[in-house]
Amino acid sequence: MSISEKSIMSEPSEAGRFGEFGGRFVPETLVPACQELEASFREAWADPVFRAELDQVLREYAGRPSMITECYQLGAKLGIRLVLKREDLNHTGSHKINNVLGQVLLAKRMGKKRIVAETGAGQHGVASATAAALMGMSCKVYMGAVDVERQALNVFRMKLLGAEVEAVHSGSRTLKDAVNEAMRDWVASVESTHYCLGSVMGPHPYPWMVREFHRVIGSEAREQCLERYGNDPDFVVACVGGGSNALGIFSGFVDTDARLIGVEPAGGAAVGRGQPGVVHGMKSYLMQDEYGQVQEAHSISAGLDYPGVGPEHSYLASIGRAEYPTVTDAEVIEAFQLMAKVEGIIPALECAHALAWITREAPKMQGKTVLMNLSGRGDKDVGQMMEILG
Amino acid sequence: MSASVLTPLEATLRAKRDAGRKILVPYVTGGLQGWADAIRAAAANGADVIEIGLPFSDPVMDGPIIQEASQRALDDGATPVSIFEGVRTLDVDVPLVVMCYYNTVHHAGHERFASQLVQAGIAGAIIPDLPLEESGPWCAAADGVGLSTIMLAAPTAPDERLPRVCARARGFVYSVGLLGVTGERTELAATASQLASRLKKITDVPVIIGVGVSNSAQAVEACKVADGIVQGASVVRRLMEGGADAVGAYVAEVRAAIDAG
Repeated sequence: MSISEKSIMSEPSEAGRFGEFGGRFVPETLVPACQELEASFREAWADPVFRAELDQVLREYAGRPSMITECYQLGAKLGIRLVLKREDLNHTGSHKINNVLGQVLLAKRMGKKRIVAETGAGQHGVASATAAALMGMSCKVYMGAVDVERQALNVFRMKLLGAEVEAVHSGSRTLKDAVNEAMRDWVASVESTHYCLGSVMGPHPYPWMVREFHRVIGSEAREQCLERYGNDPDFVVACVGGGSNALGIFSGFVDTDARLIGVEPAGGAAVGRGQPGVVHGMKSYLMQDEYGQVQEAHSISAGLDYPGVGPEHSYLASIGRAEYPTVTDAEVIEAFQLMAKVEGIIPALECAHALAWITREAPKMQGKTVLMNLSGRGDKDVGQMMEILG
Repeated sequence: MSASVLTPLEATLRAKRDAGRKILVPYVTGGLQGWADAIRAAAANGADVIEIGLPFSDPVMDGPIIQEASQRALDDGATPVSIFEGVRTLDVDVPLVVMCYYNTVHHAGHERFASQLVQAGIAGAIIPDLPLEESGPWCAAADGVGLSTIMLAAPTAPDERLPRVCARARGFVYSVGLLGVTGERTELAATASQLASRLKKITDVPVIIGVGVSNSAQAVEACKVADGIVQGASVVRRLMEGGADAVGAYVAEVRAAIDAG
């Protein structure tokens, strides 16, 4: 690896750019808040006291480190060594808690009293509601009306945790519209409120900050793989909607020879089918029509129903460091059942995208070590799958 | 263009202001049913500039009324090109500016979009999700063809930021009236007059308050400090409820109120 390659996935430029992607395309009203957040994060991230505080809550509350699990049966069936990073075992059932604990601790340090969040599948909403409950802040979660319906259990969970959940009826009534509504709330409430964005997207510093809060996934996994196998994996695979779990695990391996694979849903392939565009505060690949209207994503998984992608993914794709293939809903449904039956693990539908790619491509990876980020558990998807599978 | 050379829009607005006239800027969502007639009605009833919204799929600075108007226009097939074609046939004697989100500009390309505006006879652009730091490439293209880029100034801006925003503004400075998105409110927010007053102290560019100026009484109040007002959601709601005639009557009412002071 050359030095320049090692600097990939360090800090973005002063303007918040990863190559040409990223930036801070927000209304003037929010510029000072983004600047304040950037300064606060920079200061906190360099402060051993903040780091120790976060480490402690990650350990004692979220349950870190998450373990790795080798899938012996499925690996033998596919002819690969398949290793899972078990983010599904974190408190609240997904990787989302890493970022949320970081952001809510930071918001508290900044003197904010309230957080707002968007959510797709509901995992980030649940994590935000959880962290808000833990740290005594009020929390409002915006969720597309379509998602409120297909993720009713998570809606109830958020309410149990004391959060207010507002169904968003505008646009496609999914994740992108929930982001719009959370941003509108933030424009009106910026002085008291922190916007707890749930993925590696949005205006600078969010893509960088959220990736740093998830870096723990990759750092742990790198160490665990070395300790267990004496080697880095040949492939590191994760699903990509906005792309936070993928950047979390990629960050641990970007300076190795591992191939980094971010799997997008065929109906929401921002990198695969999009063009550079600007929405939600960032420049990134975006599914859009000939006039720049943002197109609606369509995926079986609410968490990946997003027409954009975090700007650092666009950058990694543009320099060829990571690859972004797609899988279909049908392949995902197969993979979901396969992992349940063969390994006794019910994956989140989002993660079943990563597994769907692995099972499809396994013939080309014989004998290789494949590390997959199992970023969430599938309990939330059981109702939806019950309907699909009859 | 150097700051000392005024764009045609700014020259017009400065002259009106200096003659003691308050500047009235009604907003109409392009492509919304009846929009062209609404613009004609606004022009005939005392508008000084008309702001035409280019509907966008993800309007983060807009509240429920303009969101709905944008969605209706998009559902009816409105595109920037169809709106520019409509604008060319308007035949109104009032400067026109567009309000659009940055992806519409970015997707078309800066130079191409600027030339489309010029060809349609449009004098300037308001791009609410393009803050000062990101505005360079667009402003260069706009300056090159004499288009005014109307910068927004927000109540949250610290004192050191406002002069830089004003220095970059052409035509007028859009003084954001409140912390929040477009829409009608029962009262004019205190921030509206506060920010306009901060701006008036540091710039000679016309200062016009928009967002949350909801009726003629609020317009009068805002004009005590500012050089004029934008009327957005209150106009668009009337267009959706009562058509172009309702817009004309409302613009006339606001005109009379601010003229009377």
